[in-house]
Amino acid sequence: MPDLLQLTHIRKTFPGVIALDDVSFSIRAGEIHTLLGENGAGKSTLMNVLTGFYAPDSGGLQLDGQPVRFASPRDSLALGIGMVHQHFMLVPAHSVLENIMIALQGVPLLFSRRQQRARIEQTIEEFGLDLDLNAPVWKLSIGAQQWIELIKLLLRDCRLLILDEPTAVLTPQEAAKLFQVLLRLKQQGKCIIFISHKMREVMEISDRVTILKKGRSVTTLEKGEFDQKKLAGLMIGGDRIPEWQKSLPFSEEIVLEIENLSVRNDRGLADLDNFSLRLQKGEILGIAGNGQKALAEALTGLTRVESGRVLAAGEDITRSCARSSYIAGIAHIPEDRKAIGIVPDLSLDENLILKNFRAKCFRNGVFQSRSAIRDNAEEKIGQFAIKAGPPGSPVRLLSGGNIQKVIIARELSEQPAVLVALYPTRGLDIGSAEYVHKVIADGASNGMSTILISEDLDELYKICDRIAVIFRGRLIGYADPTSSSRAEIGLMMSGEVSA
Amino acid sequence: MLEILLDATVRAGTPILFATLGAIINERAGIINLGIEGLMLIGALSGFAATFASGSLLLGVLAAFVAAFIAGSIHALITVQLRGNQIVSGLALTMFGIGITALFGRGVVGQTIDGFERHAVPLLAQLPLVGKAFFNQDWLIYFSFLLVALIWFFFYRTRWGLELRTIGENPAAADACGIPVNRYRFLAVACGSGFVGIGGAYLSLASTPMWIENMTAGRGWIAVALVIFASWSSFRALFGAYLFGGITAMQLRFQAMGTTVSAHILQMLPYIFTIVVLVISTIRLQKGASQQPGNLGLPYDREDRK
Ligand SMILES: Nc1ncnc2c1ncn2[C@@H]1O[C@H](COP(=O)(O)OP(=O)(O)OP(=O)(O)O)[C@@H](O)[C@H]1O
Ligand SMILES: [Mg+2]
Repeated sequence: MPDLLQLTHIRKTFPGVIALDDVSFSIRAGEIHTLLGENGAGKSTLMNVLTGFYAPDSGGLQLDGQPVRFASPRDSLALGIGMVHQHFMLVPAHSVLENIMIALQGVPLLFSRRQQRARIEQTIEEFGLDLDLNAPVWKLSIGAQQWIELIKLLLRDCRLLILDEPTAVLTPQEAAKLFQVLLRLKQQGKCIIFISHKMREVMEISDRVTILKKGRSVTTLEKGEFDQKKLAGLMIGGDRIPEWQKSLPFSEEIVLEIENLSVRNDRGLADLDNFSLRLQKGEILGIAGNGQKALAEALTGLTRVESGRVLAAGEDITRSCARSSYIAGIAHIPEDRKAIGIVPDLSLDENLILKNFRAKCFRNGVFQSRSAIRDNAEEKIGQFAIKAGPPGSPVRLLSGGNIQKVIIARELSEQPAVLVALYPTRGLDIGSAEYVHKVIADGASNGMSTILISEDLDELYKICDRIAVIFRGRLIGYADPTSSSRAEIGLMMSGEVSA
Repeated sequence: MLEILLDATVRAGTPILFATLGAIINERAGIINLGIEGLMLIGALSGFAATFASGSLLLGVLAAFVAAFIAGSIHALITVQLRGNQIVSGLALTMFGIGITALFGRGVVGQTIDGFERHAVPLLAQLPLVGKAFFNQDWLIYFSFLLVALIWFFFYRTRWGLELRTIGENPAAADACGIPVNRYRFLAVACGSGFVGIGGAYLSLASTPMWIENMTAGRGWIAVALVIFASWSSFRALFGAYLFGGITAMQLRFQAMGTTVSAHILQMLPYIFTIVVLVISTIRLQKGASQQPGNLGLPYDREDRK
């Protein structure tokens, strides 16, 4: 089949950073082409070059054999190249309808809302989504926001669709739904560039895989030439995957007790309903099923608790705010990292000490100790393999996965008694995900208890001592990852069996 | 009595209304414009000069729009194309406006023209109480009513308006959809400035048909504040502008009635009142969701990560 698009020797630098060194690869008509690479390898940058967001320093693009230059995303859209960005391009204050309409083609200057709405509703129904078109986007969950972005792209008539980590915030069921759509588009002869760190998905959907490492394209493999091991090896290259061991049996001591907790969401529905849970010292407790997020928010004080109590070491912390729950030892890795995880304009060094900037070791009397803060950053950069820009540059310039690492490094710096980890490995490459697991497991050996909330059953199976299953906001029961099968947990999650 | 007061309210509020509407268009596109005071002066002088020279009021209004459009383009060039600091550029524009109108205005100081005359709208002008105040006015005031509705319609019922609002909230999102961010922003700043200029021209063509140096007397700054009070909505801007106008009218009446309160204190009243209302309304806004465009005051650079 002919190549639809060819990239030759693309290079892109930012002040102090070589984001893309030398990248060449090509995309054929009617294929799903996966880009694989570590956090900060340059995947998003490359896609931004491809859509005209970034102007490359050198190198060229060829579409259908003709050289093209994109001065702006407008040019690339005109030639049928559309993209879902890793960081959402949405207007939080606008309604879902307005956000989608802005991306539609052929909306007349004076449009009829009713007509546009009907057109959009039809697509939403096709995907079986539950989206209120009048709701402002800031009220929606991050998964719903991802769907809005996908719908924006799918409603456009594009030849080449670029999806930058679309599945990072989707549940496995939602991802499966997306893949059906992608396969259908492929059959229609469209090309798709897909980016993900989830190996299972990459294996499932890719026709070809191109591996990017440190801004260079390493190789492109055809279907059948690769398996998970080989891809991981190529992606990581010389780097080592950290090794860890699960902690020893934990003690009987109870560090956190949740009694009959009820939480309602904006719509007045119960996210948690008389939910009770006990966490033992040194335990890694996984949480599966819906209502996970409400639990994390209630524990960290981000949501109002309707009734019930949370006891930390026997002390009632239900009504204390986020900061005092942290003192009780609950650290928090927020879900929406760009919105609440970091201060975008502060530097990496500063973001790493947001929680403990008052500590003695970062001060000289009333002044900050720049050198201590810098040393702390150096240490964290090394430990978590953060790909940082030039010192002092704002943290928002980092790649998505690296921002996630900054948050984790900061949250774990205090050695909390209880760690509430909400999707901690979302968007991390396999090496980094492994490192986060290692930190959690090592923490457990030192007596830290973890509540690990994840959509990914593989992850829960791998590191949890117990898995608590929630259904309709109630605790259905606990499952033991060493003895219960996935099918059993699946049944529990759908509320059919209790363990 | 009340009728007269209401009439004075509308006449005093109209220049501020135009200026506030212009500023809202600027800020909806995400650009702060502190040059309103300067733009009003430029509008006032060029409007007056053009009418003085040609004898046509329509030409005066057009000249005010065009001159302020051009002056606003300087602000647009600096803040949109060159991504300069919007506060600094806006303040400079005000200084520029004050200076240049003082310089070129010398030639027409003391000259007079025939200003806008009242035209009663049939039927509506007969309404009790509000009829005279709102429907026995001049063409510019009728135009301001129309503009309030048109701006609302533009922002909420047209594709361009939606695109412009998106740019003010998140220019990267607009850019990703292929909307030419800079072109829209430039036009919004320039056209918005043009309407501010008409606000200035109202002073020199209708309120007091002559040119007086610095005749805006801080009304531009009130407009800047009213934008926030109006939470970027044209209908609320109408209310805010008339509030200011109403207090102005009232204090003038007090003065005319010869109270013992110092005239200086009375002249302060509209400003104080507007500031107090502004403070109260922003406290209220902070509790609910703010209407402020999400990207207000920030330059847009496609290659910068937000
Ligand atoms: N606008 C920018 N300004 C400065 N540096 C940038 C910019 N965009 C990207 N970079 C840098 O380029 C490098 C590559 O980033 P990129 O976002 O492409 O990584 P990625 O492969 O998408 O990683 P992830 O898997 O974490 O999303 C990073 O070091 C990042 O800091
Ligand atoms: Mg990326």
